[in-house]
Amino acid sequence: MTAQPLKPSGKDLQFTQKKKARELKERVIEFILFLAAFSCVATTVAIMYILISESVLFFQEVSLVEFLTSKDWSPLFDPPGYGILPLVSGTLTTTAVALSVALPMGLISAIYLSEFANSSVREVVKPILELLAGIPTVVYGYFALLTVIPALQWLYLPIGPFLSNILPNIFPAELAGFNMLGAGLVMGLMITPLISSISEDAMRSVPINLKEGSYATGATRLQTALKVVLPAAASGVIAAFILGVSRAVGETMIVAIAAGLQPTFTFNPLESAATITAFIVQVSLGDLPHGTLEYQTIFAAGLVLVLVTLAFNVIGYFLTKRFRETY
Amino acid sequence: MVDTRVVNSSVMERKAEVKNLDFYYGSAKALKSVSMVVWDRRVTALIGPSGCGKTTLLRCFNRMHDLYPGNRYDGEILLDGVNILEKQIDPIEVRMRVSMVFQRPNPFPKSIYENVAYGLRVQGITEKSLLDEKVEKALQGAALWNEAKDRLKEPAYNLSGGQQQRLCIARAIATEPNIVLFDEPTSALDPIATSSIEELMNELKEQVTILIVTHSMQQAARVSDYTAFMYLGEMVEFNETNLLFNKPADQKTQDYVSGRFG
Ligand SMILES: Nc1ncnc2c1ncn2[C@@H]1O[C@H](COP(=O)(O)OP(=O)(O)O)[C@@H](O)[C@H]1O
Ligand SMILES: [Mg+2]
Repeated sequence: MTAQPLKPSGKDLQFTQKKKARELKERVIEFILFLAAFSCVATTVAIMYILISESVLFFQEVSLVEFLTSKDWSPLFDPPGYGILPLVSGTLTTTAVALSVALPMGLISAIYLSEFANSSVREVVKPILELLAGIPTVVYGYFALLTVIPALQWLYLPIGPFLSNILPNIFPAELAGFNMLGAGLVMGLMITPLISSISEDAMRSVPINLKEGSYATGATRLQTALKVVLPAAASGVIAAFILGVSRAVGETMIVAIAAGLQPTFTFNPLESAATITAFIVQVSLGDLPHGTLEYQTIFAAGLVLVLVTLAFNVIGYFLTKRFRETY
Repeated sequence: MVDTRVVNSSVMERKAEVKNLDFYYGSAKALKSVSMVVWDRRVTALIGPSGCGKTTLLRCFNRMHDLYPGNRYDGEILLDGVNILEKQIDPIEVRMRVSMVFQRPNPFPKSIYENVAYGLRVQGITEKSLLDEKVEKALQGAALWNEAKDRLKEPAYNLSGGQQQRLCIARAIATEPNIVLFDEPTSALDPIATSSIEELMNELKEQVTILIVTHSMQQAARVSDYTAFMYLGEMVEFNETNLLFNKPADQKTQDYVSGRFG
């Protein structure tokens, strides 16, 4: 190597100019990326702003105490009732029914697909499951209304009179044509692929090293799946559950079609009731004049929905942090 | 070429014996007519250049290959006289008798205690006092008891790398297996942790037969009583460790132990 000249050569100066041009380009790209990210945040903030500002107007007319404690939700009737509890109970009940189907089924199918199925089975089953997740929810809604609920009614028919004799407060003599059980079950079916696919990804990313450690002690596939793979994938599985909860809480079409639209304060899945989402879609379809109290109920209900979803997400955040993968 | 002479005055027993073992990954033949003896309560090392089939041979002893489709054994591995490669032998039972320590420490996402108790629970032991007793014994055997006895409920991941590997050794010996397989157990560890594991092996061989794969000839010389040199899927030479290193019979062994290739 020969010694470098002391004064900068022309080539070096050109080098500096290129750097500036590159920096400018990168700034532009950075700005575009920032805009894209910012637009998401801005949309969220805007939605929250509208929800809150309209709700503030709502709460100038309706007391917060009535909103949170009254069991009568009939804002469009005279006299109106503004208690959110019936909608919350409807939402929680359909969600609970859905999760009681989706959690075990999603988890079992994830365990099967990640630990038991051979690759050819997995290649067939996975796309089918994902297809299931892509069916429009309105189709699920009519499936619930026209297939599942009639089937439930048929099953209930022979036992209904007997059960309603023993516990008339819980069991009706016959099942209503709209009910939360049917809607919730179908909703659970709809959420199952989501939970299954995220849980399976989490379980398949558990290192082979860890699984072999279990097999090497003489553990069976099931023991390995339940005692090693599942705990190791806990944070991913919990994330899947929370996503499933959010989907169930926010699901609109199925419950609007099949759960009935009468707000009723009940946690009994055999009854029909309305959820927050079902109320919103029902009222939004009518033409309510802007600025009226009826119009503002939509936003107050929407705010509650967002808060419920947020609460589940916060719980999920702390759970996943608690079970963070450390392998 | 298989040398099975008696070294010590004490009576030596064959714990296991490999006879004309071929192994195939699908259609690729990874072991070619391998034969060797594993003496009871001795340390036997498998050495050879990378890719020569050491891990493949080791994993035949606990039928680990059965976990993946397409793998095929041909030949015999006699464990206390029984051919464990027979079709009707359940690999799960084999693994309960032949445990394994892996290249990288792989503790489960559980407490220290539960890691050691894992194999015991898998074998159906539920009685708390028996578990306690066996866990303590295993941790003592793995020279981890003093460090771990006050933190048995802590997650295993709180331990250092060397401690984690000793925990995995405790897990492997807790069920009192006949053979413990080690696949390059110190390759992910620092020199101090390495020498503590090597010391441990010297103590463990009083109780259990050890088969260790190592890429380090020095390690083989330090820890083993017998050494097998493998090359391209074949067993080139098998002998007492000091003889194999000092008076290799085969030219390839000579070249390898003198560092001419590998
Ligand atoms: N799962 C596998 N499938 C196919 N071939 C493999 C597999 N594992 C190892 N092999 C091949 O078998 C030979 C022996 O490998 P291995 O036993 O891992 O060698 P070593 O442990 O001595 O480095 C190598 O040629 C390797 O490429
Ligand atoms: Mg290897």
